[in-house]
Amino acid sequence: MTEVAWGAAAWSEVRASLDRCIKCTVCETACPVAAVTELFPGPKTVGPQAERFRTGGQSPDLSVDYCSGCGICSRVCPQDVRIAELNSRARSELKRERGAPLRDQLVARPGLLGRAGRPVAPLFNWAMANSLIRWAGERTVGIHRKAPVPRATTRTFSYWVGHHLGTRSARRVVYFHGCSTQWYEPHVGQKVTAILEHNGYQVVIPKQDCCGLPLQSNGLFPAARKAVTRLARQLVPAGTGDLPVISSSTSCGLMLKREAREILGADSPELRSVSQRTYDIFEFLLELHQRGELRTDFKPVPLTVAYHAPCQQQNQLIGKPALEILRLIPGLRLVELDRSCCGIAGTYGVKREKYEIAMRVGEPLFADIQAEGPDLVACDSETCRWQISAATGATSVHPLEILHRAYGGS
Amino acid sequence: MNALDTDVLVIGGGSTGAGVAWDSALRGLHVTLVDRQDFATGTSGRFHGLLHSGGRYAVKDPGSARECAAENRILRQIAADCLEDTGGLFVSTPEDDLDYADRFLAAARAAGMEIDEVPVGVALRDEPRLNPKIRRAFRVQDGSIDSWKMISALLRGAQAHGATVLPYHKVVRVIRQGDRVEGAVMEDQRTGEEVRVNAGCVVNAAGAWSGQVAQLAGCEVGVRPGKGVMVAINHRLARAVLNRCHLPSDGDIIVPVRTVSVIGTTDHPVADPDDTECSPEEVHQMIEAGELLVPGFKESRALRVWSGSRPLLPKTEGAAGAGDREVSRSHTVLDHGARDGVEGLVTIAGGKFTTLRLMAEDTVDVVLRKLGREAECRTRTEVLPGSESHHFYWIGNRQQEAETDPPDDPLICECELVSQHDLDTVVARRPNWRLDDIRRALRVGMGPCQGGFCAFRVAGMLHQEGRYGRAEANSALREFVQERWKGVKVISWGAQARQTRLDRWIFEGVYDLEHLPE
Repeated sequence: MTEVAWGAAAWSEVRASLDRCIKCTVCETACPVAAVTELFPGPKTVGPQAERFRTGGQSPDLSVDYCSGCGICSRVCPQDVRIAELNSRARSELKRERGAPLRDQLVARPGLLGRAGRPVAPLFNWAMANSLIRWAGERTVGIHRKAPVPRATTRTFSYWVGHHLGTRSARRVVYFHGCSTQWYEPHVGQKVTAILEHNGYQVVIPKQDCCGLPLQSNGLFPAARKAVTRLARQLVPAGTGDLPVISSSTSCGLMLKREAREILGADSPELRSVSQRTYDIFEFLLELHQRGELRTDFKPVPLTVAYHAPCQQQNQLIGKPALEILRLIPGLRLVELDRSCCGIAGTYGVKREKYEIAMRVGEPLFADIQAEGPDLVACDSETCRWQISAATGATSVHPLEILHRAYGGS
Repeated sequence: MNALDTDVLVIGGGSTGAGVAWDSALRGLHVTLVDRQDFATGTSGRFHGLLHSGGRYAVKDPGSARECAAENRILRQIAADCLEDTGGLFVSTPEDDLDYADRFLAAARAAGMEIDEVPVGVALRDEPRLNPKIRRAFRVQDGSIDSWKMISALLRGAQAHGATVLPYHKVVRVIRQGDRVEGAVMEDQRTGEEVRVNAGCVVNAAGAWSGQVAQLAGCEVGVRPGKGVMVAINHRLARAVLNRCHLPSDGDIIVPVRTVSVIGTTDHPVADPDDTECSPEEVHQMIEAGELLVPGFKESRALRVWSGSRPLLPKTEGAAGAGDREVSRSHTVLDHGARDGVEGLVTIAGGKFTTLRLMAEDTVDVVLRKLGREAECRTRTEVLPGSESHHFYWIGNRQQEAETDPPDDPLICECELVSQHDLDTVVARRPNWRLDDIRRALRVGMGPCQGGFCAFRVAGMLHQEGRYGRAEANSALREFVQERWKGVKVISWGAQARQTRLDRWIFEGVYDLEHLPE
């Protein structure tokens, strides 16, 4: 299929949504990026307004590149204009016309960095913490010297899976762990597996690659489509065609649920099927709890935990299920951080020209965390956790790590 | 009474009159052009914006097709800044006769059109919203015209060669001495003052109104106004002009012009060319028809409806044919001296926007003969002001410019991207602007919100700058909002109804428009 035919129908639908804009400006008042920089004129301006001046083939505006892709605009729009989707598409057109810098190509491929870092993890981590090397990296590649980068591990999650003796059960789920668990935070995947097994599930963990989200947010649509279509195939090993697919990475889960089809226009029988069966881990656990099936044999966790619901989790429109589950844990003092965005937006905030903007976007959140001084900050998204820790010095964890501890894990 | 002497008095400031003024001025004549309203407010400002390739007339009216094909080429050379090179497609939809496609192709080639058949797959790749059931597709040199820009360029060009142009000057009397027309008396519609223009020759370029003008001189011109209804859709559904490949009928063309797609059109004879009423039936007919070219057309946001009157010329006036679409879309120059024994008056009748240059050339040839003067026509090669670089305008231009607007130059009209600086530049050009004139000059208020967010900004700014008094600003705002409402009321459903609701809250709830002091 040609590049143009790919997703033409989905794109037509997104583009047609601009007709619903009545210029009420709600999105502009909610946009965290426009609030802190004049480089981004605002979601209405670069979205439904600018889209009328685009015909494909030649992009009239560059400022859309300053959209962070957090998706808040689409969520708050009372007329259901697909603002973030319009912007995402416009960014990809820009990249197609002008080419993406090497930096964007790099940060869009977390597996690349992970694979490179793994055999030499201590060296990699030393280098990433070395200010001279980071300064050089900023000058040459364009990754800001202070931007948060993950720590490489020597043992990947799939290495652990290969040595893990899972439980057998009639109740099975497929686990979609994502790149960050695979390359940087295998402990998150281990804890997800433990929690699900503790609740009587057999966890099927197929070999899997990147969902293509970072490619998409960097405007590299054709590669992103290829990635998500391949992933959807990988997530349907024999005999699992009707199992729930559990995701512990909110942004990657959203990619499978919606964005692959709505933004990329990707389509395949596997993708359609997986898309309908994908759950955020806490969305799944909350449903178990509502059916009375969640084990609540919790030990007290005497900690103060500040919870931040990341944008991509909020964009799933499932409320804040992590909060509801964590509230069940005795002894836990839970503080809900009611702020919109930490600024990082995947790979946006690591870029030299956008780092300062991202830090200003996250300022209210960082200030709340510093004022509260919690033992831990919980957040469902990996890049947001890295940003929060880098900006505030607080230790940040996935909320399921708290749940894991309540179940007696270490 | 003020009096002016001129070689040629042109009555009518549409494309025809502006073309005649430009041609006459280039040939060294002193020309004065008048219009009862602002320029381009009649048919020229109320059409679908199509720069004809000739395809629409290829089978039925080969003469017109040849003229269009030739004039299209010339306009691209002399008026690039007023045109967008969108290209066009003629497609055989499932309801169109495939035999017609063969006849069409042969006729188009005979008319001298550049035409290529393209595989259906290629057409669908280029135009993803095109009906996937089309069976044949032909690429032609259609384009779109910014009529206001074009007429403004013609008039600026004429003025640079000494022409006088008078908007809002309505002809109240034609001065006749025996069998000779010697000029006309105009009334300034804004001040009530009369102006007398003594002319060597009067050109009646009033288009669909030319019968009315001729009557003032005691002549009959049998132009029949043929009303066509058009609907603008909020954004471009296609990059190219989409035409059904069949004998021209209602609602078979979608033109991407500026930020919108215009579907056209109907054809009903009307007694009065000022009859611009659009019935809900006509609008529904257009919108239903659009489905055949672009499935889902009905769900698109209709932004505005309007109609214009074609100046149709029945065969008694020199053209062949019977019914309205039977009449030729070509033009005729009527020399009232030879025809009615009334010297000094020439009527240019019929024709269409695309052939405005040729119409002007033919007219001025007759005028020169009447004046006993000789001069070569120069409009084939003389480039219009603004088009010197030969770059077609492009839909993205304004967005590109808005990107580089300094922060202290805010957008006044967000939909059509008009900045304060743009507004200041235009209002400085002449006194006595109406808000609707500014709209034509800048497209203020023509976007999705139809003036909801910009009308009060413009009125307020003109008041602040001392151009409007308080009462004047208030009534200008009311008049403008009323005018916008006219084009929206028959399409108030879906998104446009919600927009209208929000606009009304702003105008009535925030500004209390109905009760602003006089």
